[in-house]
Amino acid sequence: MTRTYLCEFGSVADCERGIVAFRDLGARNLEAYLPFRSPRIEAALAGKRSPLPLWTLLSGIVGALAAYGILYFTQNVDYPLDVGGRPTHAVAAYVPITFETTMLFASVAAFAGALVLCGLPRLHHPIFTVPGFERASVDRFFVTFEHDGTEHGEPIVAVATECGALRAVPVNLEEGAS
Amino acid sequence: MTPAMPASEGLELDALSDRLLAPVFRPARGLGWLLLATGAGSLTLFVAVAYTVLVGIGAWGNDIPVAWAFAIVNFVWWIGIGHAGTFISAILLLLEQPWRTSLNRIAEGMTLFALVQAGLMPLLHLGRPWFFYWLVPYPATMRLWPQFMSSLTWDVAAVSTYTIVSILFWYLGLVPDLAVARDRARTLVARRAYGVFALGWRGSATQHRHHRVAQMLLAGLATPLVLSVHSIVSMDFAIAKLPGWHSTIFPPYFVAGAIFSGFAMVLTLVLPLRRAYRLHAFIGPRHLDAMAKMLLCVGLIVAYSYAAEAFVALRTPDPYEHEMAAVTRPRGPYAPLYWLMLACNVLVPQILWSARARRSPLVLWVVALFVQIGMWTERFVVVVTSQHRDFLPSSWETYRPSLVDGAILFGTLCFFSFLFLLMVRFVPFLPIAEQKELVHDAHVPL
Repeated sequence: MTRTYLCEFGSVADCERGIVAFRDLGARNLEAYLPFRSPRIEAALAGKRSPLPLWTLLSGIVGALAAYGILYFTQNVDYPLDVGGRPTHAVAAYVPITFETTMLFASVAAFAGALVLCGLPRLHHPIFTVPGFERASVDRFFVTFEHDGTEHGEPIVAVATECGALRAVPVNLEEGAS
Repeated sequence: MTPAMPASEGLELDALSDRLLAPVFRPARGLGWLLLATGAGSLTLFVAVAYTVLVGIGAWGNDIPVAWAFAIVNFVWWIGIGHAGTFISAILLLLEQPWRTSLNRIAEGMTLFALVQAGLMPLLHLGRPWFFYWLVPYPATMRLWPQFMSSLTWDVAAVSTYTIVSILFWYLGLVPDLAVARDRARTLVARRAYGVFALGWRGSATQHRHHRVAQMLLAGLATPLVLSVHSIVSMDFAIAKLPGWHSTIFPPYFVAGAIFSGFAMVLTLVLPLRRAYRLHAFIGPRHLDAMAKMLLCVGLIVAYSYAAEAFVALRTPDPYEHEMAAVTRPRGPYAPLYWLMLACNVLVPQILWSARARRSPLVLWVVALFVQIGMWTERFVVVVTSQHRDFLPSSWETYRPSLVDGAILFGTLCFFSFLFLLMVRFVPFLPIAEQKELVHDAHVPL
């Protein structure tokens, strides 16, 4: 029977050891919750490469093309204005707006993309119902995972204690659980 | 530089959280009065703006040939101040300078609030601000489009992009810290309010990972952006044929001036804040030293720009350009301002060669004030002095600001301070998650 477990740790090192040990035990969907970014825990969780840089690059290119396209269309096709015989397609004069729009599109995409990838905004999440979870933003490190184990999760508790966990409990993280 | 923050040594993570959140949950005494005073001062701005909109910009001292005056001086000055915020938060993040951590949120906030003041100026200067949307391309029934060869439209693109990116960057960095405030808040109202703005941040490793990538991306984008914004602002001047404006040195000269005045503003704000909230542990002598060195260094670039500008103008065969550099600026009706600018921006900062001066908050604060005055004067010299005596003596005219001009400048100073104090009151202005990461990296053996 598959159950979701939650373990609480007091330090990055314990948390990292726990993640490795739980994975060896056959844990799936490992996720850690911690007060600050830790490259060590991210390495232990072995997350996929973030698609954000590519998405930002593509949005920037779209921004550049859109801006240059609008400039070209308005100044050359729809409303060409001859000012003392100066060229209407003046590339140098198009640079500032094209550059700024590229940056705007790329930045908005990076921000919006980060929100989507982080699953935000989502004001309520079942994990918030776990008592003591509010310390995840302060000084505690939590690990959740799924495991096909025994009814009471004995191997999990044993391994967790060995890694220095402060507690290891089965939890219900289904939507609507309380 | 070593990454260690002398700061938080020995503080446990929960104590550190509370210490960093203390300004929000236990505001300094007198803050309410300051908010009231600056809020009342902001009314000056609103009244002056309302008057300008009702009467038209004839309410200002502008004349012909000085068609650009206080509004443009204020615009360039305020937007320049904003630049240091992005410089500290983006460029120093990419360069991995850990000392920036304590300062970046304050500096980014300062950027935002300076941009609010800056954006107001060209908008009012349009004369009919309610038609501001004529500057963006939209399918109008008359089938007219904005003239994109004009630097006014470049300004719109630069300033609006800069404002949006600054807000996104500031808010993205703030989200995890708002979550800490949510989790530590004692009242339900505070918990709900911070909870909404924290967007439901859970602090999962996945979130931290994407958050970090996005932050680095935004920093990377903001870096060329911040350099481009004041370059574009300088082109408002440089592409005109006016002596004193028509110069290729303008973009780097303006960017250096912007960062110079911005660092001065950061010091002006941070030093009293540090004293009021006893932040000496987080903003230590090393931060002051680094800031002072930055100020000195950028000040030298500004000084070099003055020298290069004058040198080129004095060596040019163009008699008008020569007249501007040799007569109008140093000996004309606005000569005192020219010499004040040189004294404040070139002479005064030289005291920062002394290590003792760099570590003295009082000296730094006074130097920063001088620089602010000097930089505002510089913009006045560039904008007004160049216009008031152009090619034909028959069209020369002296410029005198009106009371409304003064009220707008005073009002923006108050409104800026008001917004900044609001941030100090409600937003965790010391980065919590980043500070913890630093403490952790410095004290926990790998």
